[in-house]
Amino acid sequence: MLADLGLASLFIAFLLSVYATAAGALAGARHREAWAESARNASLLTFPLLTLSVGALVYALYSLDFTLAYVADVSSQTMSPFLRVTALWGGQQGSLLFWAWLMASFVAAVLLRKWRRNRDLMPYFIATSMLTTTFFIGLVVFISNPFARLWLVPGADELTTAVFQPAQAMLYAAEDGQGLNPLLRHFGMIGHPPTTYLGFTGFVIPFSFAIAALLSGKARDEEWIRTSRSWTLVAWIFLTIGLVLGGRWAYDVLGWGGFWGWDPVENAMLMPWLTGTAFLHSVMITEKRGMLKVWSVALIILTYSLSLFGTFITRTGVIGSVHAFAKTALGPVFFAFIGLTFLGSLSLLLNNLKTLRAEHELESVLSRETAFLLQNTLFVGITFAVFWGTVFPMVSELVTGTKVTVGPPYFRAVTGPLFLALLVLMAIAPLMAWRKQSPRGLLRSLAAPLAASAVISAVWGFSHRMHPASFLALWMVSFGSSAIAFEFWKGIRARMQARGENPLKALATLLQRSHRRYGAMVIHLGVLMVAMGFVGDAYFKQETHATVSAGESVQLGGYELRFNGLRQYAGSDGRAILEASATLAQDGRLIRELRPRRDFFVAQDQPSTVPAVLSTPGEDVYVILVGWDEAAMSWATFKMYINPLINWAWAGGVIMVLGTLIAVWSFGEAEASYRLRPGLVASVVVTKE
Amino acid sequence: MIRKLLLALVVVLLSLAAGQAASAQGNGPIQPTDDQVNAIAKKLYCPVCPNTPLDVCETKACQDWRAQIRDELASGWTEPQIIDYFVAQYGERVLAEPQRKGFTSLVWLLPVLAVALGIGVTWQVLRSWQRARAPAVSAPTDAPPLSAALLDRIERELRDLD
Repeated sequence: MLADLGLASLFIAFLLSVYATAAGALAGARHREAWAESARNASLLTFPLLTLSVGALVYALYSLDFTLAYVADVSSQTMSPFLRVTALWGGQQGSLLFWAWLMASFVAAVLLRKWRRNRDLMPYFIATSMLTTTFFIGLVVFISNPFARLWLVPGADELTTAVFQPAQAMLYAAEDGQGLNPLLRHFGMIGHPPTTYLGFTGFVIPFSFAIAALLSGKARDEEWIRTSRSWTLVAWIFLTIGLVLGGRWAYDVLGWGGFWGWDPVENAMLMPWLTGTAFLHSVMITEKRGMLKVWSVALIILTYSLSLFGTFITRTGVIGSVHAFAKTALGPVFFAFIGLTFLGSLSLLLNNLKTLRAEHELESVLSRETAFLLQNTLFVGITFAVFWGTVFPMVSELVTGTKVTVGPPYFRAVTGPLFLALLVLMAIAPLMAWRKQSPRGLLRSLAAPLAASAVISAVWGFSHRMHPASFLALWMVSFGSSAIAFEFWKGIRARMQARGENPLKALATLLQRSHRRYGAMVIHLGVLMVAMGFVGDAYFKQETHATVSAGESVQLGGYELRFNGLRQYAGSDGRAILEASATLAQDGRLIRELRPRRDFFVAQDQPSTVPAVLSTPGEDVYVILVGWDEAAMSWATFKMYINPLINWAWAGGVIMVLGTLIAVWSFGEAEASYRLRPGLVASVVVTKE
Repeated sequence: MIRKLLLALVVVLLSLAAGQAASAQGNGPIQPTDDQVNAIAKKLYCPVCPNTPLDVCETKACQDWRAQIRDELASGWTEPQIIDYFVAQYGERVLAEPQRKGFTSLVWLLPVLAVALGIGVTWQVLRSWQRARAPAVSAPTDAPPLSAALLDRIERELRDLD
């Protein structure tokens, strides 16, 4: 019954969003106040309606209403109530509904918070954002409906899935559901989809502001750029959290000892993150100097199109096999929508080049502007390399008919040097001045970090010398970190000398007064920590694979893993567990019992590898059970990895979130932001006097 | 097609030669370790499952392929021979690293060209901005001279601001 209510409110939400799109466009074109108000009310109303719809589906998943095909697919009696609720995003139909709901909530939040402030742009903002929302609600209503039921049609061999009752059909309710894919029953996979979707859908806000600014001819104003920047930061940090949680899930569940495999689905998520990061930096030049407007708008269009492309890849599985594309109507419809969005907004931008023209002038090539521009070039270059590598298998199959694989070696070789260049730039750029940086001044502020990092990387690299490039990578990480540390120290020391504050108070005031600058520094520190995880993975990883009988040991890098025996037992969630008992010792000293497992989900006929991990700040010892003697349980095959520095990657993710919070948090004080005008800085202070 | 046949022929001949060499030694083939097998499997992709490197894939098919690599190593094949054998058998898509020849070389070339082009364009843009600036260099010289005390205060306030 409640499901019917959910379906009905979903349908009304669709009609309202169609209306809001049309009314918003009309209000924008004809400048009619009443239409704008009406469009706003309709958009606001879609949110509670979709909330009702999501609520109805969640209740159906929780109460196991197996008449719904979606519930029978992803929920089951053995699942805990919490897991049943998270099954909302465990399959395609639920994911798309959830996605539409998140997008509607973002739009509603903007309409409630920014209605007056960005009043001029609101009609077209509604038209753009609600058009996208309409598209997603439309997908849920017409192509991938989670409220579709299972029907038994007389004479047919298989059950029919349909929203409305086919002729003479009887409603069918399964005894129990399939249950959530076992691989998805992990905290990373529970948090990963919502945060990723929040990131993807969040980009609709800056995108809609940009399109609205172009359509209404207000693109020269800078108010919308400021609003877009803060909303982009929100979307960006959610996408960051999504990436980190996804990596953690892969590390804990997929059982191959790594966290990033350059899989098409991972790449699809990385690309909007890369261009979004480029946008967050280019928009600073636009804000401070009024330059690069066209470029910033182009980046936000690209970012949004790439997040649609990411959804397209994950939801249609088109890269895994081209055949998945045509299986449902979802692929072609989605593809057409992405094409229209990208080409439509790009042509709109090209038609408005004149209104966006800004005065560009630069005193010296050595300046922060140059560093930002170079950063943008590198980020877009990496995005292109990732995009090209991801779609190349399809291109190759279409052009030559030959199937090829583009695996991690390609992505590492092509993007590795570019990422390393970015790390160096990240250390230097924040120390450079806008407009003009004297080379001597730069060298002076870089001297201390250069010296510190040379010592650190030499000592560190020498104690772990495995690969010549490792010295370089370690130098880059330590250079970046010491540059940040010295910047903090300089700021703290200045306050201590000028105001006589104690160091802690000085740090707190620094973070409060210049929260954007020092928040960014903290984010950069987080990036360096994640980079350390990748450096460890690329240069210091060790692995071995061996079959041993009870009492024998596997050796790797000073560790010794002694195999004691195997046992089998029934676990929760309907799994049969095979567990190996092993003792880990280092240099003859016993450290810990490790119990790598192989869980077998009987109902779903799916195995799942559960690694046993000894985790320390320096390295993880990661052991998985890959083979065993089924008859006598006397031998087992292990894969053992030493993953150095990997915990730094997870901690780096947390630090990045912390830095973003500092950067967006204004502590109730007026933002100490300023704009530079040619030769005006001094006179502004004089007039104040 | 002809190239594939030739390759297969070469492979068969080589394996025969290797087999003879091994039996000529008389003390049986050396058993390769799992790590040696994985070092090669890492460079190959599972031909049936999507996007899974052969060294971590746990399907029956992949276990058989790893067993095959082991046999080939045991009979004295070198790494390039084994990889060529898999390419001849299952096509180019088993290679984790795309080849640097033919149409596939485009996957490597285009990003390099794109980045080079991007840096070139960035440089041109920067130069044009600098040229746009050139005529107005002497503008702020007629600003009023500031007293030492005022300059000191400006310095202080700027420091607090940042």
